[in-house]
Amino acid sequence: MMNPAAIGQPFDRVDGPLKVSGAATYAAEHPLDHQPLVGWIVEATIPAGRIKALETSAAEASAGVVAVLTHRNSPSQVPFGEPDDEGRFTQSRAMLGSDHIRYHGFPVALVIADTLANARHAAGLVEVTCEPADAVTAAGEEADEKPDELDGGLEADITRGDFEQAYSSAEVTLDVTYSTPNQAAAAMEPHATMAVYDGNELWVYTSVQLIGPAVQVLANTLKLNPDRIRVLSPYIGGGFGSKLGLHNEAILACLGAMYLERPVKVVQHRRQVFHNAPHRGNSVQRIRLGASRDGKLQAISHESFMPTARGYAFAEPSGAPARTTYRTDALVSRHRVKTVDMSLIDSCRAPGHAIGSLAFESAIDEMAYRCGQDPVEFRLANMPEKDPGSGKPFSSHDLAECLREGAARFGWGKRQPQGEVRGRQLVGYGVASTIRMNILVKSKTRIRLSADGTLTAWANMTDIGTGTYTILTQVAADLLGLPAERIEIELGDSAYPASCGSGGSFGAGSSGSALRDACLRLREKLVEIARKQESLKDADFDGALFEGGKLVLGSKQVSLTELVRQGGPDYLEADGKVAPGEDRGKYSQHSYGAQFAEVHVDRDTGEVRVQRLLGVFSAGRILNRKTARSQLLGGMVWGVSYALLEELMLDERYGAFMNRDFAEYHLAVNRDIPEVEIHFREQPDMRSNPLGSKGIGELSISGAGAAVANAVYHATGVRVRDFPITLDKLLEQLP
Amino acid sequence: MAAVSVNGQDVTLNADPRTTLLDTLREQPGLTGTKKGCDHGQCGACTVLLDGRRVNACLVLAVQCEGCEVTTIEGLGQGEQLHPLQQAFIRHDGFQCGYCTPGQVCSAYAMLEEVANGEPSDVTGDGEVRLCPAEVRERMSGNLCRCGAYANIVDAILDSAGELGQRGEAGQ
Repeated sequence: MMNPAAIGQPFDRVDGPLKVSGAATYAAEHPLDHQPLVGWIVEATIPAGRIKALETSAAEASAGVVAVLTHRNSPSQVPFGEPDDEGRFTQSRAMLGSDHIRYHGFPVALVIADTLANARHAAGLVEVTCEPADAVTAAGEEADEKPDELDGGLEADITRGDFEQAYSSAEVTLDVTYSTPNQAAAAMEPHATMAVYDGNELWVYTSVQLIGPAVQVLANTLKLNPDRIRVLSPYIGGGFGSKLGLHNEAILACLGAMYLERPVKVVQHRRQVFHNAPHRGNSVQRIRLGASRDGKLQAISHESFMPTARGYAFAEPSGAPARTTYRTDALVSRHRVKTVDMSLIDSCRAPGHAIGSLAFESAIDEMAYRCGQDPVEFRLANMPEKDPGSGKPFSSHDLAECLREGAARFGWGKRQPQGEVRGRQLVGYGVASTIRMNILVKSKTRIRLSADGTLTAWANMTDIGTGTYTILTQVAADLLGLPAERIEIELGDSAYPASCGSGGSFGAGSSGSALRDACLRLREKLVEIARKQESLKDADFDGALFEGGKLVLGSKQVSLTELVRQGGPDYLEADGKVAPGEDRGKYSQHSYGAQFAEVHVDRDTGEVRVQRLLGVFSAGRILNRKTARSQLLGGMVWGVSYALLEELMLDERYGAFMNRDFAEYHLAVNRDIPEVEIHFREQPDMRSNPLGSKGIGELSISGAGAAVANAVYHATGVRVRDFPITLDKLLEQLP
Repeated sequence: MAAVSVNGQDVTLNADPRTTLLDTLREQPGLTGTKKGCDHGQCGACTVLLDGRRVNACLVLAVQCEGCEVTTIEGLGQGEQLHPLQQAFIRHDGFQCGYCTPGQVCSAYAMLEEVANGEPSDVTGDGEVRLCPAEVRERMSGNLCRCGAYANIVDAILDSAGELGQRGEAGQ
């Protein structure tokens, strides 16, 4: 009988009952022996400069206040950004380390009191006088600094062939500039931390995607031995990149706990999250395309201009889709950044592809129209034989089939070339190719099969809503033939073996492959024990199967618990690991998809309503069809949101985002999302990892928005190149 | 101080007059199921039932709740037994990170009562109120889900109300 928890099955989330009943403990919710004190962050209101005067006596005298921490009294720290030779997630993130103000919203004090109300009230009594310095806050196409490298280790610039020659001799050309705004990750759980310090050990309950670097950044910032630091993050209320590195309130909570040797809880207020957690920078993307009259792409140029936060090296590879999606004779991709005095700019879901695809897949659509071709046919006519950017062969390539299957399922054939008018509604169809790079990251795990039949797996992996607890349960259930109820997956604790953590869509494949390795090693141990048994002497060991809690050897079988008792006697353990092999360098690896949208645009108001979304995706072996579908669904919602709604509004004078709440920073809501159809083309890619899976969490966001934007163009004939496509940008040009 | 019934138990909320129902609940042992997402009544993560109606607990002062009945996510099921809505959210994967989920479930619970009572919404036509995907989407739009589980949330709610019809199960 098929194990209902076998790999691939749409198995319900194992943490579901905890989450739907409110019993899952997020960062600020862990019960402690003593009620923690509560810290409230006092923010700077200038983008750069220094603190001239800081008057804290009124706050200190306020009811319930235990301490006001500032640069004058906070524990000693390593200066921000040191050591130079480490990455941005482990370099010091010193807070209250000096009188230097790095950006608007930068913490200048932490008021610690007995209750939230008292801390927040007293924070209003802190008087800060700042001495502003010249600041640069906005970035556009004037950006001219070449980054050392792009996120993911990509080169800032690549050149293949002679672009100028190919472009100037092309029969059809396009030269357009797109822009995308600053965007917030806006995870529903505001960044939160509780720190407990006893003078020796520091325990940190926080909400962080990468546990290992979180320990290291605390050690590097607070001058502590990493062995004395424990980071716990079992449930995370969304991350989307904004919780990859440890965030401001975590350092502040630790400073408070170390200063007072009492537990301190700091939860960022939603308004604070917009400046005290990283955001995605705005982009200007100039795209030039050249093609023959019959629609063969000959020249592709993508130039990206984005901000980078001063002292925090991060450059988003928004040219990534232009480098790999379509064939071309010549290719140029350049990235330039401009240093700004803004809060941290860092990864947000699908760095590079998410906003790169908005611009590039829109420009490709423009080119299809310019060549007089159907947008699906144009894309199909330009599929690459090998990766145009790297010149490497693809480990697998399924984009064309995704486009064909998607077009058939969506009913693309019914599309009217000029769109349709139905009463007040202008109806349009849009398509976008979807690709996202696939990565494997070194990962370890340990498992233990106990004599009572329970299997426990430990890793410092995290589940940010992606379903890690569930798919790891399935990997173990599948490989060892155990029911899901006997499997305990323990994650989110720095005491456990080092894993990849969550980010870059590498979590499931990497942590799952490490667990698979551990299970295979445990199977070997169990088989070895069985071989020594007299009663199994003649059994069929070549056909050994693990099923129903038993080792099945042809007509003979033995329970795993019996084998554990003989070999243990209490338990058997095995360690598993995975690391990138030779295939990583040899092949260009991606997940693929094709996304389709139907929109209705009100011809009088310009209001865009998405009526249908459909995606066909090829992401290797699917580990759980239910949670994988949810990941894709979520990315499609982000796509709608990016195309039509999201924009952080910058007040350049103060380096401040003006719309720091959900009434003004618009996320897609339930009514914005129509029927969504998702289909998998299951094609295990064994060059990806031993499970044959590929990254899925960032796949659909890398195209969904462009499909919507292209549908808006098809409906209206208006091409908005400045995202989001709000009705004011459409209204004047509507037919 | 405010004498309140929380999930059927009489409790005295030690309420600073500046403190919201949300913050007061979250400081009680075992009641952190109600989430704070925005503190401005803009995300719905803190939705609870106040005398049977859904409210954003961040917009209600604890002292206003004197004599009221408050039901939080912890009080929706029967002990270990999950409420059918909670079960449907699991079956249809109506969540990912889970942080907005208690608010979604409480909101859905009250929303179904509103429909049953014939209270119209923005999308209700001139006729009688009828539970359908458009009604659910409109009525659940005060509950943000950044993971983007909306379509599954709609299916979960319709399924628990016996209205899923031929739409089929998510992910099957």
